[in-house]
Amino acid sequence: MTTETAIRVSGLRKAYAGHLVLDDVTLEVQAGEAVALLGANGAGKTTLLKILGTLVRPTRGEPRVAGLHCVRDAEAVRRLVGVLGHGNFVYEDLTAFENLKFWTVLGGHRVDAGALRAALAQVDLDRFADERVRTFSAGMKRRLALARFVLSRPRVLLLDEPFASLDRRAGKWLDDYLHAFKAGGGAILMSTHSFGRGLGVADRAAILAGGRIALDTPVAGLGADDVRRLYDLHAEDGA
Amino acid sequence: MTYARRAWIVLWKDVVTERRSKETLNALFFFALLLLFVFQFTLGGDRERLGAALPGLLWLGFILSGILGLGRTFLAERENDCLEGLLLSPGDKSAIYLGKVAGNVALMLTVEAMLLALFALFFNVDVAGALPPLAGVMVLGTVGFAAIGTLFAAMTAHVRARELLFPVLLLPVQVPILLACVKATEAVLLGEPLSAVAHWLKLLAAADVIFVVAGVLTFDAILEG
Repeated sequence: MTTETAIRVSGLRKAYAGHLVLDDVTLEVQAGEAVALLGANGAGKTTLLKILGTLVRPTRGEPRVAGLHCVRDAEAVRRLVGVLGHGNFVYEDLTAFENLKFWTVLGGHRVDAGALRAALAQVDLDRFADERVRTFSAGMKRRLALARFVLSRPRVLLLDEPFASLDRRAGKWLDDYLHAFKAGGGAILMSTHSFGRGLGVADRAAILAGGRIALDTPVAGLGADDVRRLYDLHAEDGA
Repeated sequence: MTYARRAWIVLWKDVVTERRSKETLNALFFFALLLLFVFQFTLGGDRERLGAALPGLLWLGFILSGILGLGRTFLAERENDCLEGLLLSPGDKSAIYLGKVAGNVALMLTVEAMLLALFALFFNVDVAGALPPLAGVMVLGTVGFAAIGTLFAAMTAHVRARELLFPVLLLPVQVPILLACVKATEAVLLGEPLSAVAHWLKLLAAADVIFVVAGVLTFDAILEG
């Protein structure tokens, strides 16, 4: 495992129309490491992920991915990160194969039908390749969204509630995928409310409260109940 | 090459999704049909009044259905956060703009062809003889309309009052195109040669170039917000 810093955030501040969401957030994620971002609703988890994904500009501070500034070097950062939001970035009236083809071409990658089908097979969607996404369950859409990363090979994954709306089988699949991604040297920052699966992948848990990182702790040796206690102590108090 | 492929894939996606859902096409078709009923009811069988009003009515139908269609340009992108996906895609965003413009031109020309056929049927007007020059005027007018309309649709995609704001922004800018289109269509339907309205056609061509170039240069900044 390398010790290269994949994500470095320092003094990050974000305010929307005078409402302060993030205030002096400092956080680091190393290559091959996964950090679970915990916090109450509105704590700023999604905002932090969107700033790192170059979708939102910070009011102040230094958000960096692989040493690149997320505002000044946004174009380069976009080539390194894989972002998974709530919406999955799928078109309902395209098939799974067509969706993957669309995002692959738009990402500037070479399209090879065999590679596209292999990527769908990796997320266990090869049997549904030619079916319209409109007929898919939430978990299948999530897996299709993740299939993009098989082809684009990002170095950093920014995931917003990746386990939301997944059943046990899909959750297990995502769990395995994220472990493999980490083992390959990738870095993961994910927001989660799942103290079970989400923390199973994570090496550290960072709790956002009051616009700051209230606690940043390794999760090795901590059970779900321990983390829940820490969460109750820090997240709810600071919210 | 990558730029052209990226523009093409956006056009392909828009055409495929519209062909399958037919959401916009159906809405525009019934809207056009309603317009025709209203025009027919107002003008009745008075051929003289109809002849004078036809170019204006035709373009009124094109523009109104076009506004409806263009306003929906980024609706599909809002579903499932695809607009964020477009924003995250690396590379020059103007390729996305050109793909969107091409998709809108294709959609609008389809609706305009339907509307023209219905006009000919409802008002018993023979447009077959004037079809080639009329098609030229329609293409020139539609490209300019779609170019600036796509840009404003992107601009208002995140605005809450976009249904109100979009036509308010678009219509004043469309006035020169609309005037040129009506004048050129009038001449064509009267059987005059296109050379008689060359100045209007040059205005249309210049507007097309200006709007497309403005779109290519500014789309990235507009999408980034």
